[in-house]
Amino acid sequence: MTKKKTIFSQEVIVAIVLVALYLIFRTISSDFGKYTTFLSMMDISYYYVLMAIGVAFPLITGGVDLSIGTGMICYALAGGFLIRNYNVPTGLAILVSILFGAAIGLCNGVLISILGLPPFLATLCNCMITRGLGSVVTGSFAVPWPTAKQDNGWFHSIFKITTANKTKIPLGLVWIILLMLLMQFILAHTRFGRYTIAIGSNKEAAMLSGINVRFYHVMVYVVSGLFAGLASIAYAAVIKTVQPGTGAGMELDAIGGAIVGGVSASGGYGTIYGTVIGAYVIIFLKQGLPYIGFNANMQQIITGLVLIGAVCIDIIKRKVIK
Amino acid sequence: MGEVILTMSGIDKSFPGVHALDHVDFELRRGEVHALMGENGAGKSTLMKVLTGIYSKDSGTITFEGKEVEYHNTHDAQEAGIVIVHQELNMVGDLTVAQNIFIGREFRKGFMIDDRRMIEESKKLFDELHINIDPRAKMSDLTVGKQQMCEIAKAISHKAKVIIFDEPSAALTEKEIDDLFAIIRDLRSQNLGIIYISHRMDEIKVITDRVTVMRDGTYVGTLITDECTKEDIINMMVGRVIYEEPKTHSMVPADAPVVLKVDHLNAGKMVQDVSFELRKGEILGFSGLMGAGRTETARALFGADPKQSGDIYINGEKVTINSPEDAVKHGIGYLSEDRKRYGIAVQKTITENSTLATLKEYMAGLFINKSTERAVTLQYIKELDTKTPGPDQLVVNLSGGNQQKVVIAKWLVRNCDILIFDEPTRGIDVGAKNEIYKLMNRLAAEGKSIIMISSEMTEILRMSDRIIVMCEGKKTGEIPIEEATQEAIMDKATRDIR
Repeated sequence: MTKKKTIFSQEVIVAIVLVALYLIFRTISSDFGKYTTFLSMMDISYYYVLMAIGVAFPLITGGVDLSIGTGMICYALAGGFLIRNYNVPTGLAILVSILFGAAIGLCNGVLISILGLPPFLATLCNCMITRGLGSVVTGSFAVPWPTAKQDNGWFHSIFKITTANKTKIPLGLVWIILLMLLMQFILAHTRFGRYTIAIGSNKEAAMLSGINVRFYHVMVYVVSGLFAGLASIAYAAVIKTVQPGTGAGMELDAIGGAIVGGVSASGGYGTIYGTVIGAYVIIFLKQGLPYIGFNANMQQIITGLVLIGAVCIDIIKRKVIK
Repeated sequence: MGEVILTMSGIDKSFPGVHALDHVDFELRRGEVHALMGENGAGKSTLMKVLTGIYSKDSGTITFEGKEVEYHNTHDAQEAGIVIVHQELNMVGDLTVAQNIFIGREFRKGFMIDDRRMIEESKKLFDELHINIDPRAKMSDLTVGKQQMCEIAKAISHKAKVIIFDEPSAALTEKEIDDLFAIIRDLRSQNLGIIYISHRMDEIKVITDRVTVMRDGTYVGTLITDECTKEDIINMMVGRVIYEEPKTHSMVPADAPVVLKVDHLNAGKMVQDVSFELRKGEILGFSGLMGAGRTETARALFGADPKQSGDIYINGEKVTINSPEDAVKHGIGYLSEDRKRYGIAVQKTITENSTLATLKEYMAGLFINKSTERAVTLQYIKELDTKTPGPDQLVVNLSGGNQQKVVIAKWLVRNCDILIFDEPTRGIDVGAKNEIYKLMNRLAAEGKSIIMISSEMTEILRMSDRIIVMCEGKKTGEIPIEEATQEAIMDKATRDIR
């Protein structure tokens, strides 16, 4: 009864789609092939991918985290506000942003796991709260983070460095890949990961097996919040000035990425490398479609259709196996 | 039988409004299989939940290996060596067999889970039990029987001293039950104490050494299995002897018209060229092993699954059934084998469930006419003798037998003339079972036609006017009740397998 490993797992299909998209866009638009386009696409990708990696965990438990988009903006506002108004060192501000994310994640986790709110509802509330909170803290003013040229703007070089001969290198991609490997390892080979899958597959069984389901269920949302916090730094490094009240809808692109990458919408299955590849498919569509003459509206429609396709593959696959 | 390993005495437990356990005593020895019997709601499960720390007791003492103990959760109980194999399998389908067996106590190398070692240990376990299962297989790919074996292996791997089996055979085939019994006997010879909860009287006689009977939350008595008869046990359980007489001849009049004709039905692998007729007032039994295609046939007929070909005639007229909605329109009702998943909304009241399929008839303009809805529900509660404080009771609070009655009411309200009962008494205790039987007989006598799918041979022989046997998706036999014997049915049920 060994399971047949099909070569056409969703992750492989999506990886092929990703490469195909890149080649198609390149062929049709010469601008798309330029290195600067690639650089700006990478800049934008980091925060989406980080959110996607984080939200993959709640998704695998059969839940969702809708608070990551507005949350990310809120954390970026908080960090930037500390630097600008209180001259807090950048490193400390970054730490605050990340921990703020983890704290909101903890709040989600407690609402869902301990108080029993549906994940959709709990995280929707925190989506609204973080959206408002960012504005309240900053008095509704936009907050700039230090630019790369300023002394305390060193954090830009986490994501992009310029070599001596003025070539820019998207260093962030290296961190993304390392984080992807780390989180995939955690998902596949640690108790936290195993229990994340168990909760999504059969929560009752996990509980009766003597697992502290409540604790792990909370932690799943802490991870999601933590990655939204990390995303806020990537966001601050790309978007010069963080505007309060924005961010809504970004979580959907991240969630969509994870789903496209094979994370089961009903929980119990998913991989982090699939999530990252899926997130890049969404980003390629977002960034690439305008180059070949589709406007933003068309691009939304196409992204939606791709999502439907991905979910259908998941459903059909499960039926065929049965 | 060895010395006493576990004593529960004077166990008392109340829930709001219910005195679930009233000073119950129970004793288990090493090396014995001890049956715990009683109707649903008698308190068996509650007692076991108190023992394994899922519920805390109000009073009484539990003595395990000479020491008074109290566990606060299943984990504590497991650590001490008391494990429970649940009735509803508690497996994580998306994980592998080995991952399931060691869930919650994985072997580790630093931060990493040591999957290889878990696979090796699982293999050892299976070897000890003489089970052939690949520890790397995904749990959801296994049959129910194999999953059960994994549960048992998991229980044993806890270094268990006491194993509780909660209706382990409910979903197993005869062959799988034999395997299960072999394992239980093996465990007994290793001096473990085994508590066996089941409704199947035949099994109790075969596998257990002693029987403790509970009724309405109280301890009735303990018997030595070899020294008592089935009737003794049933008497203790329900306080009276009851059972519908088995049928010896068909109750259907010779001139009864054919109400349903299924002609060369094909639907996937599990339904191949199945044809049969159902007559007015007939109970048509569908027998066969698990996975013979009986439920699939019913679901295809009911329009719940797509069919490739085949015609369906109702009262001689050809009809098109492509969805359950079509089927219901033609007067077919389907009572699923898995009530909780398909048959009933357990978190809703009896009233809501009873009228769910017919809500249109209770509308006064845009609104639901609550009083007629209630009146109809009350009528069926009375007619079917459903035991409930009232029509507003949530279905989840009813016993299995009474839940089944609510499902029946739902279809009767709908005026269905053809009723498909899929495993109508699964998970229902003896007393309630008989009520369901009586009810089915009455419905047939009133002119309803019934298709009854059942894995219990005694049930098939007791209820059917005619028996259709299936094997591997094909109809392999049709036997009138007068000629039906267990051997004849089994012969046809295993025809294509041997």
